[in-house]
Amino acid sequence: MRLVVDLNRCQGYAQCAFLAPDVFAMHGEESLLYNPHADEAQREQVMRAATACPVQAIRVEDPDDAPAPAEGGLSGVR
Amino acid sequence: MSGDGALERLRREGRIVIVGASLAGLRAAETLREEGFTGSLTLIGDEPHEPYDRPPLSKQVLLGHASADRTGLPRRHGLDAEWRLGVAAAGLDMAARRVRLADGDEVEYDRLLIATGVRARPWPHPAEAELDGVFVLRTRDDAARLQRRLAASPHRVLVIGAGFTGSEIASACRERGLSVTVAERGAAPLVGALGGVIGQVAAELQREHGVDLRCGIMVTGLEGDPAGRLRRAHLSDGTALDVDVAVVSLGATRNTEWLAGSGLGAGPRGIACDAGCRAFDVRGIVTDDVFVAGDVARSPHALFGYQFLSLEHWGNAVAQAATAAHNMISSSSERRPHLWVPAFWSAQFGVNIKSVGVPSLGEEVIVAQGSLAEHRFTGVYGYQGRVIAAVSFDQTKWLEFYQRQIESAAPFPPDYSSVDRRAEGLQPVPADFPDPSLPTHGPSVTVSGYSPTDQRITFTPARV
Repeated sequence: MRLVVDLNRCQGYAQCAFLAPDVFAMHGEESLLYNPHADEAQREQVMRAATACPVQAIRVEDPDDAPAPAEGGLSGVR
Repeated sequence: MSGDGALERLRREGRIVIVGASLAGLRAAETLREEGFTGSLTLIGDEPHEPYDRPPLSKQVLLGHASADRTGLPRRHGLDAEWRLGVAAAGLDMAARRVRLADGDEVEYDRLLIATGVRARPWPHPAEAELDGVFVLRTRDDAARLQRRLAASPHRVLVIGAGFTGSEIASACRERGLSVTVAERGAAPLVGALGGVIGQVAAELQREHGVDLRCGIMVTGLEGDPAGRLRRAHLSDGTALDVDVAVVSLGATRNTEWLAGSGLGAGPRGIACDAGCRAFDVRGIVTDDVFVAGDVARSPHALFGYQFLSLEHWGNAVAQAATAAHNMISSSSERRPHLWVPAFWSAQFGVNIKSVGVPSLGEEVIVAQGSLAEHRFTGVYGYQGRVIAAVSFDQTKWLEFYQRQIESAAPFPPDYSSVDRRAEGLQPVPADFPDPSLPTHGPSVTVSGYSPTDQRITFTPARV
């Protein structure tokens, strides 16, 4: 499950680090480190974190989103 | 009426080509679909990878908390795009509206978005750059290679250049327990981006975390052993340092060479465009069908004297891509200007550094809140009596306030009292930026003026 955090927006409220501690962690007082490719088993926690984020900085790919384009220089329509 | 009909046709069955398949390219493609574009969409990327996020590469990935090949950006459902990955764009024919690819293929467009970004500036001596142990960090492949080498516990890492990327690399190395030397040509880390006053705080952070920081020093040569492995670096003070890893962090070069001879206003400083993201041609005439977004663009900004800003910022790529995409499929009266207030962040040595505005325009800086000595403060930059930028070290929560001050051209120094104002925050001091004509690692914001007397601006015509 892919996710990205807009760290310009993030203000270090750390709600995500409480709700999905295996994916989000505070690093120092207010820096956030996260796993941009979290395990699918974490989806429920990650969605809770994204919803709870006071500045709505977390964007998560939907499970039914388009599969990734093939790696290795291939072309294709997706 | 015929004009409206053409626009409707473009939105329904036009051909849009996006060159550059990273953050800006992806976000532009998503915006086009969200705004109802149903024609054909082609994304061209020189890397063989789908769009991925770069900021984690110098942080989570180097720390081993995330894998370099797993920073792919979340994608919206139903993009329905044709991806041409692993093949660079090699040329542009504006008259025929065609992009030529490195494999000889050609792609025709009705609207083109250029989002080719930047690449790491390589070590200037090619033979030395080839040594095993010399790295740059820009792509996910770079990050994977460097991470592997750091995991093998090198004896000492040399970071050449203490801009944001170099400083973050040094931070990750220290966190992994590796010995690190940082060589910075300027007087302090981050000096080009934040000035000498704040740069001194960055220097203290590095030294307190065990970095062997050497400022005012250049690396004059990298020396290999007979097997071609890096073993020593020579410094401008005549000393040498035994190192087995060197990371060249000397800023970035804009990917505009492929536009040479195209007639587009593209050069080493990027591609000039208007506030609506439409590219200028070499004659200074704005194009109607070629748009630019992200690190490769430079565009005038009303808040900063209508000077052209080039912003190597994540947030700029996101905002400019959305504006460019909207404008590509809108009539002129519905177009929007790209008036994003510059903002960036960096995490290093456990401190969250964030900034809004354009610090490098600042003549003076005042510590409006907190204390430099505590490494927890908000610095506000002034330019000609107005607030032009702010930077926070572990004080993110105040930045939004200063963003509004910048947007409203509030007076500098601030004439109000603020929370946690200390004695050191009563008077502004010179911000102490280096002379922009001297080479450094390079700030991540470049301001270039339009005054004809400004000799620092020279148009570099396309090579033929």
